[in-house]
Amino acid sequence: MTNLQLLWFLLIGVLFSGFFFLEGFDFGIGMAIRFFGKDQAERDTIIQTIGPHWDGNEVWLITAGGAMFASFPMWYASLFSGYYIVLFLILVALIFRGVSFEFRANMETARWRHFWEWAATIGSFCAAFLFGMMFTSMIQGVPMDAEGNVIGTFTTYVNWLSLVGGVAVTLMCFIHGLNFLQLKTIGSLRDRAQAWNKILYPLLIVGEVLFVVLLFIFTDFFKLKAASTWGILIVLVVLTLLAWWGVAGQHNWVAFLSSGLSLISIVVLIFNGIFPRVMIGANNVHSILIKNASSSPYTLHLMTILAFTLLPIVLIYFIWSYWVFYKRLKSPNKDVKAA
Amino acid sequence: MLNVGLSMLSLSRFQFAMTTVFHFFFVPFSIGLAFIVAVMETIYVVKKDKTYQKMAQFWGKIFLYSFAVGVVTGIIQEFQFGMNWSEYSRFMGDIFGAPLAIEALAAFFLESTFIGLWMFTWDRFKPGIHALFIWLVAFGSSLSALWILAANSFMQNPVGYMINAKTGRVQMTSFSQVLTNPQLWNEFPHVIFGAGVTAAFVVAGCAAWRLLKKDHEDFYRKTLKVVLVIGLLASVGSIVSGDSSARYVVKDQPMKFAAMEGLYKNSTNKGEWAAIASFDTKNHKTNWSIDIPYVLNILSYHKLSGTVKGQNTVNKELKAKYAGQKGKELKSYYVPTKTLFWSFRVMSGAGALFALVAIIGLFFNRKKSQAIMKQRWFLYVLGLCLWLPFIVNSAGWFITEFGRYPWVVYGLLTIADAVSPTSTVASLLFTNIVYFCLFAGLGMVMIVLSHRVLKAGPDSVETNNYSSVKDAPEAKVEDPFGQEAFNHD
Ligand code: HDD
Ligand code: HEM
Ligand code: HEM
Repeated sequence: MTNLQLLWFLLIGVLFSGFFFLEGFDFGIGMAIRFFGKDQAERDTIIQTIGPHWDGNEVWLITAGGAMFASFPMWYASLFSGYYIVLFLILVALIFRGVSFEFRANMETARWRHFWEWAATIGSFCAAFLFGMMFTSMIQGVPMDAEGNVIGTFTTYVNWLSLVGGVAVTLMCFIHGLNFLQLKTIGSLRDRAQAWNKILYPLLIVGEVLFVVLLFIFTDFFKLKAASTWGILIVLVVLTLLAWWGVAGQHNWVAFLSSGLSLISIVVLIFNGIFPRVMIGANNVHSILIKNASSSPYTLHLMTILAFTLLPIVLIYFIWSYWVFYKRLKSPNKDVKAA
Repeated sequence: MLNVGLSMLSLSRFQFAMTTVFHFFFVPFSIGLAFIVAVMETIYVVKKDKTYQKMAQFWGKIFLYSFAVGVVTGIIQEFQFGMNWSEYSRFMGDIFGAPLAIEALAAFFLESTFIGLWMFTWDRFKPGIHALFIWLVAFGSSLSALWILAANSFMQNPVGYMINAKTGRVQMTSFSQVLTNPQLWNEFPHVIFGAGVTAAFVVAGCAAWRLLKKDHEDFYRKTLKVVLVIGLLASVGSIVSGDSSARYVVKDQPMKFAAMEGLYKNSTNKGEWAAIASFDTKNHKTNWSIDIPYVLNILSYHKLSGTVKGQNTVNKELKAKYAGQKGKELKSYYVPTKTLFWSFRVMSGAGALFALVAIIGLFFNRKKSQAIMKQRWFLYVLGLCLWLPFIVNSAGWFITEFGRYPWVVYGLLTIADAVSPTSTVASLLFTNIVYFCLFAGLGMVMIVLSHRVLKAGPDSVETNNYSSVKDAPEAKVEDPFGQEAFNHD
């Protein structure tokens, strides 16, 4: 494995981390529209919190996918063709939620407005669940041939670990979304989000324990990398507790950052666990390794130069745009106004 | 030619064609409209005439719908290379991935961030700064076109690569060659001008329908003026760049060109150009055609003399060229002649029509004259032209993509070798049907919503302000042209 290959493995991890941190609360807010928003005005406010941001957040996924294609084409090809139906369903979910924000605002009847609200809610819910399911089934080792073609059956994708993984990621996103809502609103919305999260956190902790047990049974993470896996899991639990504390004490920033970082720690857990492979074969001989999966040194070199010039510029205006919309929104009445 | 049976390959191809064609309904419209809205807002900034602000907001609304659908269909594009064309992705990853990743980093972030800022900050920034946002969106979307077309151009005309002897895959040797690919510098300007044409004539068409109803005359006539100027420039641009593409194709992909012109036999020195023709594609013959002398040579070489190779000749040449090369030796290299021939006629005919319509429109729409309101037939023509760009754009891509048959990467990889071996007919059938229904639904909502925006009229635009919807200062300002519109009636 060359340094460049390692660097790109890490960069893909960074991009997915960005995606889960940002799209995490985005999905959470999406779910909250119908599950949490009581009336029209509340739902308006909830949607407004991510209005200017959701597309930019989704670009993290697009960049992660593009970067994977560019740096590890074998990984991209095997993963994407192997998870054909799962990814297809993710696409459908993303389509519904993507257009819903724009479409909903311009519907004339309450029926259709509700339709698009549900589209956003269910779309967000499914996308989060399916992403969770995809990544937690991938780490168990999938049946592959020597060319890297995945020949999966139903249980390759849907099994105990992937179901619990999917639910856990969904719950984490929902909680993260409610933490974002607490950060972005004042008044009853914020209070209720706090109340909900106080209840959801214990639930999440139970889920995390279950997840660790299943991880132990279904993956080779504890066999191959016991120390680092335990380390990351401990970080995950500490972050969860910290977030819970933040919610209880209305330290909104602490809660929000911790719930985001706990999503990132799941990504770290997965990338740490699969290393130095990119795809784990059910038959380990067929696993795809970082060293065999990448594009040529020329392309990696080129991509490195470009990434390190472009990414800082992107980050500057990306963060600036959040800064512009920093203020809280008042909830929940018609002329939502800055506090 | 097209395999009609429900094979995995044909379903994958159908899916690719359907999803890209649908994506490309919105892509040129978004690119072009971003520029048009930017121009409108800039006129507002310079002239301080509120009408133009309203104009930018009004058409900006339709732009946002198009953009949203463009975004969600774009994600399908990126994913489906891995999902449906995994062998292609393995073969091409070294070259294809790079532009795609750069597109995301350099262009998509720019577009998506500044469109968010543009949408929600009408009351927050000085007009000049706010206009800058939409310019950045327009710039970002053209940039995204550049990168993805760089990838597409490689597939049409591979440059700057070598074949790795061990893996048999392509490997990039020169990024600068990939970026200076002559195919790219024909394709990119042509696509951007096409985008300008698309947006200009869709907006013009919408305005024309409203003018037929005598609605907001002043507003829509001012709109017409802006978009017809842009439409004229863009259609001339698309003719010039299309002409340059054609002369490039003659040299670079003679099979494609021969099919575009419906030539099976080599042309004679007189350069007869078939205006219309009927083909017997099985026996590789032209049944009959109506010919105009010299036009073919003018099109291909800008000269009166010369000859163009027919498909039969090119087929023989290609057979000789690839003889004995595993995976490349095929029974025939013919391309779908009818599709290419008619697509080319639709496209180039429309190119000329657009230029003509724009000129007439600008003439009728002169400031003092009321001519355009009296020429109802012309407004109908404009209104119908609204649908044409979508057909023309697809026709253009049909030429480019079917004309490269049977290759997916020209001379290197055939379509049949590119498809995912793990796909199944059942799953492809399922996804094709779902995509189809989704697209039909999305298309319908798009049309209904745009209709609604038009019906509600320019006075109804409310800007989405992040902090407060009702407190926006613009919303309280007297409608500057309500009275004017009244006077006209
Ligand atoms: C000539 C221009 C062009 C062409 C040929 C394509 N696209 Fe596209 N694409 C755009 C021009 C564009 C755009 C103008 O930048 C869009 C359309 C509307 C929009 O929102 O951005 C876009 C959106 C868009 C998005 C969503 C971006 C976002 O979230 O902001 C993705 C992931 C792709 N495209 C990917 C692709 C791929 C993989 C293509 C190849 C088959 C492709 N596009 C063809
Ligand atoms: C610039 C990015 C594009 C890339 C990388 C690209 C690539 C491809 C690929 C991989 C295929 C499948 C193989 C095949 O069937 O030939 C294909 C087919 C096709 N594409 Fe494109 N394409 C692009 C843009 C477009 C656009 C914008 C359109 C139309 C609006 C389009 C229209 C088609 C059609 C109609 C086919 C089917 C042709 C066939 O089945 O032979 N393409 N293209
Ligand atoms: C008289 C005018 C025109 C001529 C001579 C012309 C010529 C061409 C040619 C030769 C190609 C194939 C290029 C290739 O395969 O490499 C092409 C493609 C294309 N055309 Fe045109 N065209 C004209 C007008 C237009 C107009 C008005 C539009 C759009 C509104 C348009 C949209 C396209 C598109 C989207 C493609 C596919 C992308 C590309 O290869 O550039 N064209 N055109």
